Amino acid sequence: MAKLIIPTPLRKFTNDQASIDTESGSVLEALNALAALFPELKVHLFDDQGSLRKFLRIYVGDQDIRELNNEKTAIEPTTVISIIPAIAGGRKSNEL
Amino acid sequence: MSEVTFNKKELERYSRHLIIPEFNIDGQRKLKSAKVLVVGTGGLGSPLLLYLTAAGVGTIGILDFDVVDDSNLQRQVLFSTEDIGESKAKAARKKLEKLNPHINLVVHETKLTSANALEIIKDYDLVADGTDNFPTRYLVNDACVLLGKPNVYASIFRFEGQVSVFNYTDQSGKTGPNYRDLFPEPPPPGLVPSCAEGGVIGVLPGIIGSLQANEVIKVISGVGEPLSGRLFIFDALAFETRVLKLSKDSNQTKITGLIDYDNFCGIHQQENGKSTVKEITVWDLKQLVDTHADYQLIDVREPYEYDIVNLGGELIPLKTVEESIDKIRSDKKVVVHCRSGARSAKAIEALERKFGFSNLYNLKGGVLAWADEIDKSLPKY
Repeated sequence: MAKLIIPTPLRKFTNDQASIDTESGSVLEALNALAALFPELKVHLFDDQGSLRKFLRIYVGDQDIRELNNEKTAIEPTTVISIIPAIAGGRKSNEL
Repeated sequence: MSEVTFNKKELERYSRHLIIPEFNIDGQRKLKSAKVLVVGTGGLGSPLLLYLTAAGVGTIGILDFDVVDDSNLQRQVLFSTEDIGESKAKAARKKLEKLNPHINLVVHETKLTSANALEIIKDYDLVADGTDNFPTRYLVNDACVLLGKPNVYASIFRFEGQVSVFNYTDQSGKTGPNYRDLFPEPPPPGLVPSCAEGGVIGVLPGIIGSLQANEVIKVISGVGEPLSGRLFIFDALAFETRVLKLSKDSNQTKITGLIDYDNFCGIHQQENGKSTVKEITVWDLKQLVDTHADYQLIDVREPYEYDIVNLGGELIPLKTVEESIDKIRSDKKVVVHCRSGARSAKAIEALERKFGFSNLYNLKGGVLAWADEIDKSLPKY
């Protein structure tokens, strides 16, 4: 099964689970499967229009899916998918 | 470059560089000729400044507007207990000039803004970005793109670190991707990971800042392959590292000038939003406590924060507020608080909008204000 790695900042929505195994056929299916498992995560992955949020990059292996077939990029059983979030550091004054 | 010379003390000091065949005295000359601006003297800035100073980078700019706080010392190894309350930039210089008296340390005790960034950065060959917030990251990136300077980037969050070299022009004249190619937009305030649950494990910036310092030295000396067009990811919990390919985003809007980065990152909207809820001060709350008034106090922070310090309020973390409305009284005054007042304002806005509450008051400044003004024995975090 393909492996989808969840970055540290999003793990608070996955009960600290660091990755999921998925039998999905595409990146979008895998992300939807992740959001279905952890519904709180959905708003952090997709905007109101259902598009992937722009502060996230999705990689298949070491390649950005923008260089492949975007969300439709096919995944194999050995594929490792990474969600890479923009992180800025630990300033508390931005805290909500 | 051959006009750069070293005295006996310098040659002895840098001897472990000089005997590396690929580095040798030419690499050391390049370091001595170089001018590097380190933006931020915090978790990343500390190892960066220590190693760049020790390595003999000839001119180092130290930019920070903040003062040393006791909560910095868990990771900002440049500072000592005696520096608490001192200017970070000046305390850094004091420490670094003891480490290496042969270099030039320039203090910029200021906040980097759209008004001063180009003027400050233009005098340097390279910028090392060790800031802790999105507006300054985009500002540093855009200024470096406009001035054609490489930007050695690192960023940390809790147990995760990222490193890359942005806007690097190689020997063939080709310039690599920049921060906007990676992240065209910052996360909106309130969405992960805009520090909703900040914090970082203390040793992580030491690891990541050291990698960043190594990239600075590589870019300056021309030794090795800089991390341009690649993004290094480190997960300290799993101890996993990945190197991902980065390419230019053909859809990127061309950077033509500096903008209002707080606005770009949604900071202003967030601040404006705060003013729409009713507020009370910590002194008002103290009066409620002292007069044994009939009110409810709700704390919307996380349980681990409650364990650090609390005011005895009922703990209902922000994310569970809407499913806990049966616990929130509508028949008397309800004071809602968090650490500094932002999350509680958000909770009140949601409760007013969705459930029609009209008896909710935000504690201005949160637990921090209470610890500052009412009970100074309480810890701040």
